[in-house]
Amino acid sequence: MKNAFIGSAVERREDLRFLRGRGEYVDDLSPDGLLYAVILRSPVAHGRLVSIDRGAALRIPGVHAVITAADMPHGPPIIPMRLQPLPEFKPFEQPVIADKKVRYVGEPLALVLAESVALGEDALEAIAVEIEPLPAVADWRVAQRDASLLFESAGSNRALTFNAVRGDADAAFASAPYTRRESFRTQRHFGLTMEPRGVMAEWDAAKGRLTVFGAAKVPFFNRRILAGQIGLAEDAIEMVENDVGGGFGARGEFYPEDFLIPFAAQHIGRPVKWIEDRRENLMAMNHAREAEVDVEIACARDGAILALRGHAHADMGAYMRTNGAVGARNIAQFMAGPYRIANVKLDVSLWMTNKTPVGTYRGPGRFEADFFRERLFDLVAQDLELDRVAFRRRNLIAASEMPYRIATITPYEHKDEYDSGDYQVTLDRCLEEIRWTEKAKLQGQLIDGRYHGLAIGCFIEGGAAGPKESARLAINADGTISVFMGSSAVGQGVETVFAQIAADALEIPIDRIRGAFHGSTAYVSDGYGAYHSRSVVMGGSALLDAAKKFQDALRAVAAKRLGCEGAQVTLGEDKISAPGGQSLPLSAFAGLSVEGAFLNKKHTYSYGAQAAHVAVDAKIGHVEIIDYVVVQDVGRIINPMTLRGQVIGSLVQGLGGAFLEHLVYDDEGQLLTGSLADYLLPTASDFPHLRAVVMDQHPSPINPLGAKGAGEGGLIGAGGVIANAVSNALQSFGADVRELPLTPSRIWEMAQPRRAAAE
Amino acid sequence: MKLPPLEYACPTTLAEAVALLASRDGDAKAIAGGQSLMPMLAFRLATPSLLVDLRKLPDLREIKIAADGVGLGAMVRWRDIEKDARLASAHPLLKAAVAHVAHYQIRNRGTIGGSIAHADPAAEIPGIVVTCDADIAVSGKSGSRVIPAAAFFRGALTTALEAEEIITEIRLPLWPPRRRWGFQEFARRRGDFAMAAAALFYDEGADGKAVNAHVGIIGVGDRPRRLPDVEAVLNGCAIDEATIARAAEVASATVDAQEDIHASAPYRRALAGTMVERALRNARS
Amino acid sequence: MPTRFQVNGKPVSVDVEARTTLADCLRHHLRLTGTHVGCEHGVCGACTVIVDGEAVRSCLLLAAQAEGSSVVTIEGLSNDEALTPLQASFRRHHALQCGFCTPGMITTAHALLSEEPDCDADRVREVLSGNLCRCTGYIAIVEAVLDARAAYKKEDGR
Repeated sequence: MKNAFIGSAVERREDLRFLRGRGEYVDDLSPDGLLYAVILRSPVAHGRLVSIDRGAALRIPGVHAVITAADMPHGPPIIPMRLQPLPEFKPFEQPVIADKKVRYVGEPLALVLAESVALGEDALEAIAVEIEPLPAVADWRVAQRDASLLFESAGSNRALTFNAVRGDADAAFASAPYTRRESFRTQRHFGLTMEPRGVMAEWDAAKGRLTVFGAAKVPFFNRRILAGQIGLAEDAIEMVENDVGGGFGARGEFYPEDFLIPFAAQHIGRPVKWIEDRRENLMAMNHAREAEVDVEIACARDGAILALRGHAHADMGAYMRTNGAVGARNIAQFMAGPYRIANVKLDVSLWMTNKTPVGTYRGPGRFEADFFRERLFDLVAQDLELDRVAFRRRNLIAASEMPYRIATITPYEHKDEYDSGDYQVTLDRCLEEIRWTEKAKLQGQLIDGRYHGLAIGCFIEGGAAGPKESARLAINADGTISVFMGSSAVGQGVETVFAQIAADALEIPIDRIRGAFHGSTAYVSDGYGAYHSRSVVMGGSALLDAAKKFQDALRAVAAKRLGCEGAQVTLGEDKISAPGGQSLPLSAFAGLSVEGAFLNKKHTYSYGAQAAHVAVDAKIGHVEIIDYVVVQDVGRIINPMTLRGQVIGSLVQGLGGAFLEHLVYDDEGQLLTGSLADYLLPTASDFPHLRAVVMDQHPSPINPLGAKGAGEGGLIGAGGVIANAVSNALQSFGADVRELPLTPSRIWEMAQPRRAAAE
Repeated sequence: MKLPPLEYACPTTLAEAVALLASRDGDAKAIAGGQSLMPMLAFRLATPSLLVDLRKLPDLREIKIAADGVGLGAMVRWRDIEKDARLASAHPLLKAAVAHVAHYQIRNRGTIGGSIAHADPAAEIPGIVVTCDADIAVSGKSGSRVIPAAAFFRGALTTALEAEEIITEIRLPLWPPRRRWGFQEFARRRGDFAMAAAALFYDEGADGKAVNAHVGIIGVGDRPRRLPDVEAVLNGCAIDEATIARAAEVASATVDAQEDIHASAPYRRALAGTMVERALRNARS
Repeated sequence: MPTRFQVNGKPVSVDVEARTTLADCLRHHLRLTGTHVGCEHGVCGACTVIVDGEAVRSCLLLAAQAEGSSVVTIEGLSNDEALTPLQASFRRHHALQCGFCTPGMITTAHALLSEEPDCDADRVREVLSGNLCRCTGYIAIVEAVLDARAAYKKEDGR
């Protein structure tokens, strides 16, 4: 492989349409005869659904149907879990529409089909719903009392407890010279995407074929679920992945609407489109990150960490979503991060509450765990009177210890190990970039009315989830080559990155690649999608396999036509030659299509360090980030430009989580942050001084590209670094950050004279 | 979030506009820039049966600078105020406050009359008109009248306007050239509504002491208010560190702070004091 | 109700419900889907278009209020042959990922640069703080806009 394109900052092909407003997102599609679906959602967080009276709504001209659970002959199908589908979760899975109970504000109650969205919304107001309210379970502490059960048959609001174990933590604690125990919390927020969700379905009754547009992330898996629910063979359904306005883990999982819209299209015999509005998106797209931990650390006096022990509580919302367990599990399994902790005993309980259900959001569980851990580390370093950097350095896993086996998670026996890396190198680079030594004297200083603080933290990012990915190469009539991927695009630039990989694998100029087509189920036989930062590793490696098989197949068929042996054929940029001088253009082989795959059971771990220099105006609670650096080693850089874009974009989401974003509920389960005026996202003014440094010193041994997934790292360390930087800045007040977000109100409070009352 | 069903009219005279607004028994609403009203309609928090577009009404877009003060037509947009160089000296406090209003696109459409009629407690301009003792000229079915700013804002999103009344002009008193003024705002993000803002001015007597102090607080409580206790601290005194500290203390102590999802009450009270303090420092320098 | 205005230099006549926003009119009635809808309550800026030379949020305008006006959308700021200097700068700086906020960013930046080709980084950030992006973290966008200033300075002969 020549590496003419891998490693280069190739400008993106996707941009040519996005910049001109020619992207095709699901709401841009409007086939003839289209009807619009509008969803009536529960205004009550918990209750018995007594009746839904659709009469008045149906009489509105332009309203064609109002669908409820009553229209589903065998009751509403249940959405199964995709990841960690443990039997314990079954009682908590979600029906596609509310049936006898409602369990969160926003739960679908009915679907209106109308000639316009506006008419559909008018019709919502005419539907009379009777709900007998039940006491709302507002958070895990209320859930724990089991006084009000979301699922009576389950007998508990606790869905499951995961255990992460390594070594013997209890023994280590029993003999440890130093221990410290603390609690921390992270707030509910989510991977809000600029494009809200949308689904469009077309049912061809004559052919018995269903086409679903707006698929994202895991189209093949979703097709499997839909097929089972709607009673069609998988190959009677095509999922089309259009352009997608962001994913971040939240878009693309199987949601109620992914059944309801196709069902509606079949029911009414016309194409049906549903586009989520922002009000809905805030209450219906997967929430994330709400967790609390009670954690203890044991150390030797010289700072060597001996053990970590504790209990975490993750708020799941009202139902177990397809990937709802991932974040919770990761909190326990990855709390140790890149550090050598021989003894770990962490459990995490998953609690059902009357709030929007929870799924993954970029760096699921990892943002939370890194905040908990890095904050604890600064407290410990202080206690032991050790330099906070030296403390971390001492405990980082060494390159010689790779692969490093981490804590095992049960149930769902999951063993994992870090593949490769030298964590000292990224730490050193980060210290250098932030000018740590020079700036150390600023720690806690009041300069021009603001308190300065610095912090640093180390992180790992898991990627490349298996089990498999597929890729296909095909020759077009004009001799160009099209690439088809089972990977999905969510904005990360896969069309360009895969073109780079394919061009190098085939040793042809990149403009001989017509395009890299992604996600739709028509493209490959068996695709897996985009999640857990897997596209480059899994898709890219599948592409390498496809390229090899493609070249072999092309040689074989060319040899026959050129009358020579396969080994004698030369594959050129746009033609194939035989030793005697005969050649054929590539276009002569149009139609040749070869698929490849990559199977994988191991994860990659990119890693790095992040540091911040902040200045806090304590009187108003404002923090300015003077400098923030993320250093990340990703094993192999395919496109440094898109990679840096991922790091910075991810970091800004992390800063949003550290300072701004919070889905706030009241005790009745009502969502108080119902618009973008209250759910605050970072803007261009908020964090202008951020830097990403990317490295590729330690390729991954587990895939032929040597690459590691790398889209989530920027975010993972942000909470911990900011919490420490602000605590350090306000150290003269004894400030101690224990929860996020760091609102101005909270920061101000930390800088007030301490009261005698205990925390 | 599509708008509720409604009718739309675009009158060409003030009389026509008033008649249309009066015609629906309170169920008609005027729309100017639409930057505050449209989101309310999108969330169906307001469901008027008729929208009366004011854009064709003549004579509401002028900025008049005269011997008795500054007159702003109700349809004057933030952008117009930004771009009018005369206001840098004719009313610097107004200009400073408008710099904090919303965002670029909103400033191209949003109007001063619309903001005042909407009366969001955290909006800057209602705070300026209260601080400056402006007069709000309105026209309704009983003719025209002038409402002093102090009487105009009744509570959150509530004003003294009758259902069919339209604001025509905002009249700010003359701004003397050597007046000392300050404007300080803190919002969660640039362009957001104020968590608290202080708008203030004072004149200096021959002895260098402050007279005629006007101190207004925005974003704390259900409407913008002047703080007479703070003004009393300033009047007759030199604006030195001690006076500033005392003024800030009195501001914190006397504002009516409420808790919401963005801020606790103690924080808001403290923030109000800090905004007054910083505005005074700006005024002094 | 019938409404007439200009879009991208061409006269259009639409007959839409009074409650139809300009954003929905452009997208669904005129099939100009380049203008995106991200919030419908005037916060995200994805729907930004240029009306009578000024950048506005098309979700906060009724189509009826555009009567007699000249509207320019992202389609009017593009051509098939080549990327404009502003678009090329965005591409060069990787100032877009999923592309959803991009038409709003381009339109806003074009309005700003047309009027203020000498704007500095602070001004660019101030103006763009009314346009939300969830993918890029904004730094590349600000760099792209600054890098495009030269093209706008040349255009007006400075």
